[in-house]
Amino acid sequence: MAFVETKGLTKQFGGLTAVNNVDFTIERGQITAIIGPNGAGKSTFFNLISGFYPPTSGKVIFDGQDITNVPPHKIAKLGIARTFQTTHLFETSTVLDNVIVGHRLRTKSRLFDAIFRTPREKREEREAREKAMEVLDFVGLTDLADRQVALISQEAKKRTAFALALATDPRIVFLDEPAAGINPEETDGLAELMRKMVDHGITVCTIEHKMQMIMNLADKIMVLNQGEKIAEGTPDEIKNDPVVIEAYLGGEAVAEIE
Amino acid sequence: MSSAMMKRISIAILIAIAVIFPLVVDNQYISRLMTLSFIYIIAIYGMNLLAGFTGYLSLAHAGFFAVGAYALGIFTTRYEMHFWLAFILAILFTTVVGAIIGLIALRTREHFFAIYTLIVGYLIYLIIDKWDEMTGGVRGLIGIPYPSAIGPLEFNNELTMYYLNLFFFLLATLVMARIVHSLTGRTFIAIRNSEELAQTLGINTQTNKITSFVISIVFAGTAGALYAAYVRFLGPDIANLPMVFDFLMYLIVGGIGTIAGPIVGTMLITFLTQSLQGLQEYRMLIFGPILTLLVIFYPNGIVGAISMFKMKFQNKRQEKAQNLQNQDKNEVKEG
Repeated sequence: MAFVETKGLTKQFGGLTAVNNVDFTIERGQITAIIGPNGAGKSTFFNLISGFYPPTSGKVIFDGQDITNVPPHKIAKLGIARTFQTTHLFETSTVLDNVIVGHRLRTKSRLFDAIFRTPREKREEREAREKAMEVLDFVGLTDLADRQVALISQEAKKRTAFALALATDPRIVFLDEPAAGINPEETDGLAELMRKMVDHGITVCTIEHKMQMIMNLADKIMVLNQGEKIAEGTPDEIKNDPVVIEAYLGGEAVAEIE
Repeated sequence: MSSAMMKRISIAILIAIAVIFPLVVDNQYISRLMTLSFIYIIAIYGMNLLAGFTGYLSLAHAGFFAVGAYALGIFTTRYEMHFWLAFILAILFTTVVGAIIGLIALRTREHFFAIYTLIVGYLIYLIIDKWDEMTGGVRGLIGIPYPSAIGPLEFNNELTMYYLNLFFFLLATLVMARIVHSLTGRTFIAIRNSEELAQTLGINTQTNKITSFVISIVFAGTAGALYAAYVRFLGPDIANLPMVFDFLMYLIVGGIGTIAGPIVGTMLITFLTQSLQGLQEYRMLIFGPILTLLVIFYPNGIVGAISMFKMKFQNKRQEKAQNLQNQDKNEVKEG
């Protein structure tokens, strides 16, 4: 059974169909990539799965459960994490402080616990902090934990965003263009990190523009164009798919892949 | 000495100063200003939790402050309730009114939220001003009693009222600090940073926003009730717009989104205003430009600026320490 499955997923904004009748599956323990030109509906597709937009029609099924109209915070609790194209971090706070709140959804302390500093509050604060240190170690940022976010590199910010997503104890992470705006060497580092996530039992689905990275990394690729799925398959299949070459990659891009 | 230790000691010293202040400074006028500042700060804590830590600027808080004040005034004078019962009921009443308004207001965001709450605040002012039979209208509400004695503690003069309000101020500070530093506080801060991101982190933003709103109303209502008990005369002006913009000015100057900000801003401006009393309306010629410059260069106020400098200093020290470590490693390798 597929881990995540969409059936006839469609989203219309007024007269514009951003995602059109997409059937797609993500398998457990794999790296799945979604590619396509700007405006192809990739981010909208993510927003539909993570519950930000209700779909116009169609279904999203996660691990056998229909999550089509479940609000985003509940979807996160089920074990679906995501990152954004822009990192949304709090710049004047430290890396560690940014990541601690990621574990909030696994804690139960409420206002009462906060005001009276109950044992539960203290224990859960400690747990959230430990979790944050653990995921910062996982993404290789232990040294920067106490550094202010405004002063760390773009790549470190991306890693912090990964850490934040991982702090939610996800079973699958959706990464929206993680390698945008960083250099090739750093891109390799992030690819390495994605493999490491899969090795630790976290399924990865990523939107990416950097073809070379994706062709080496992904187990499966879906190509979106103008909201429709035009191809799906292994990197080799995608590379040689005439529809993809014609509609999206074009001569130049093929040269880039080879 | 660790910085946490330093912090504790300096807080203890500040509390000690506040406690002996009215005994040493034998000036009723100044201790009156202090008492009023304590009360205002409690209300501003409320605004700060919502605007500074949750990202929703409410301009209805002078209104809620007034609701708390008038509720206490009306309960004690018209219904002749026991003072402390009226005190608790006044806070409850304000909270219920606030929660209903919050449920509607929180359907909006950013400047729409600010505009909506501005209108709510003005409506509260109008109701108080026009509802003569209940509130006394422009003539005001008089005859509010001193708080009833609690055991041997009697509250019937300037000095005892100073200590009563100091107590509530310290309690409010403790509660605020605990909320902000808790997981609940981190949740609010996450919402301020980005509601989208907060949602993907599994945070129910709507519930948390309402929680933050209600807490902030409790603070405003409590401050209002304390104000009524201290000043013992109420006029509709405490609900009017200049009041909320005064609160906002204290908050911005001190540092929005910081715990000490409301204290620093309120104390500083209150005493500055007093020392510039001779200039009357013209003192705005001094305040205006200072405020503008502050907002441009230090959007997080005085306290925000100080912690920024601290942070920079720490960062530099960390970098140095790391460089040294790396050097050591290299030397070891070479050796």
